[in-house]
Amino acid sequence: MKKRAQFDKVSLSFETPKGRLNVVEDVSYDINDGDFIAVIGPSGCGKTTMMSMLAGFQKPTTGKVLFDGRPVAGPGPERGVIFQEYGVFPWLTVKQNIAFGLTLNANHVPTAERDAICDHYLGLMGLSDFANSYPKHLSGGMRQRLAIARAYAVKPQFLLMDEPFGALDAQTRSNMQNLLLKVLETEGKTVMLITHSVEEAIYLASRIVVVTARPARIKEIIDVPFAYPRDESIQERPEFAELRSYIRQLVMDEYRAQQAQMRPVSFSE
Amino acid sequence: MNGAGLRRLGLGLIPWIGAILLWYAVRWSGFVNVSLIPAPHQVAAKFFELLTKEGLLIDIFASTRRVFLGVALGILVAVPVGFLLGWYRPARTFADPMINFFRALPPIALIPLVIVYFGVDELAKLVILFYASFFSGVIVMYEGVSQITPLYIRVAQTLGANQTEIFRKVIIPLTVPHILTALRVALGVAWATLVASELIAAQRGLGAMIQNASTYFLLDVIYVGIICIGLIALIMDLILRKITARLLVWQDRAIA
Ligand SMILES: Nc1ncnc2c1ncn2[C@@H]1O[C@H](COP(=O)(O)OP(=O)(O)OP(=O)(O)O)[C@@H](O)[C@H]1O
Ligand SMILES: [Mg+2]
Repeated sequence: MKKRAQFDKVSLSFETPKGRLNVVEDVSYDINDGDFIAVIGPSGCGKTTMMSMLAGFQKPTTGKVLFDGRPVAGPGPERGVIFQEYGVFPWLTVKQNIAFGLTLNANHVPTAERDAICDHYLGLMGLSDFANSYPKHLSGGMRQRLAIARAYAVKPQFLLMDEPFGALDAQTRSNMQNLLLKVLETEGKTVMLITHSVEEAIYLASRIVVVTARPARIKEIIDVPFAYPRDESIQERPEFAELRSYIRQLVMDEYRAQQAQMRPVSFSE
Repeated sequence: MNGAGLRRLGLGLIPWIGAILLWYAVRWSGFVNVSLIPAPHQVAAKFFELLTKEGLLIDIFASTRRVFLGVALGILVAVPVGFLLGWYRPARTFADPMINFFRALPPIALIPLVIVYFGVDELAKLVILFYASFFSGVIVMYEGVSQITPLYIRVAQTLGANQTEIFRKVIIPLTVPHILTALRVALGVAWATLVASELIAAQRGLGAMIQNASTYFLLDVIYVGIICIGLIALIMDLILRKITARLLVWQDRAIA
């Protein structure tokens, strides 16, 4: 298996007015070609920070983050990112948002093909009726789907997804999960996904990285025993339920650890 | 015009009618010497007289042209400068005190110096208006630009945008609203400074008209001048607001 991305003894701390804040601590793992890594951990523990080092927006304080064997120097189109805050461009219509990446020189998409690609993703994401609307008229879930469509449209080999389905209702969410599985099957991508849903992590990922309360350290890396292609039936399997309660327990422990860290502060004030 | 449009127009007219009624009321209340307050209809009559016999339009044109040129030049320089200051934090720390110093200086205080360096003709007035527009515009620009969130730039980068594409496709659209606000603020300040700039030996212009009228105590002319300045400023602002609404349909506004 070819190594696509590597975290090698990575730590990151921020200088804040209140002093040094360790956010990621001594994290090491490899992401191989075709892997689907899900990262799960309590809110505020440093998951987004971990991902943004691989995306190229943050440099580790110590250790190395490598992509294709080279230290990550900055963002690039081979690593598509779906941001937690969506970042849909408010000054562009829905269709123009999807077309944005296609119009960039780096992606070499002939003008004649752009329209068809846009329409394809508009349809997939259920946004066709809103093609010419501005994002201000979209619901939170629609904006999230728009951000997904825009990232998929340029077909990055590596996808970094930060809670991409968080704002969606259960039905749409499961549609989006199945769509993602289908896209991966046909386009063979590598994915790093941050999620708060244990079910989502098990259903989609090949490996699950459970991280601790801040600073984020690796608590455990779990191999998911289900082969691809997957469908919803695996969620009925006893192994699924077993794995789910095991991971839930891990996440719960960290959530409690986080609460315990915060308690003295809330009592003294 | 539809019903809603008529209603909006009516709502907009009420305060004006109220102001005119108040004007009459103050005049007839007896608290002030009637000769010190010309009645609205007298001012209106004066307006038509000035318009037909004294070339009021020439004054309006002279003033509007000065404001227009002053604001155009001021904003033309304020946009790139404000952009650089907003974009590069060090530049801002470096230039901030300076800019605030000059902005705090009332343009009127500079008139003696402007006369010394630029004489008393058109250029001197332009310099004052340029000064006023530039410093008010530059602040709006850099406050606005410094608040642009890096998120959109990051998104563009992950989609493969290079520096020029980021500038053209992300930064410019995000800057347009601030340019328009800067224009509006500068226009307001420039109209407010107009009379001061026309203190410099102007032959024509609304400020000059007010100035001359005050030497002869022609109160009705002064009123006409003031109202003209206010009205033209209002019209320019309305036009700019229409343009803004057209360019910024994408913006989420509390009031449609
Ligand atoms: N630029 C920064 N400067 C200072 N502190 C930061 C910065 N970015 C993040 N942090 C802090 O680092 C911690 C981790 O943030 P991060 O966004 O990575 O959490 P997260 O695991 O993604 O949380 P969530 O699940 O809520 O999205 C937080 O306490 C946050 O306040
Ligand atoms: Mg996060």
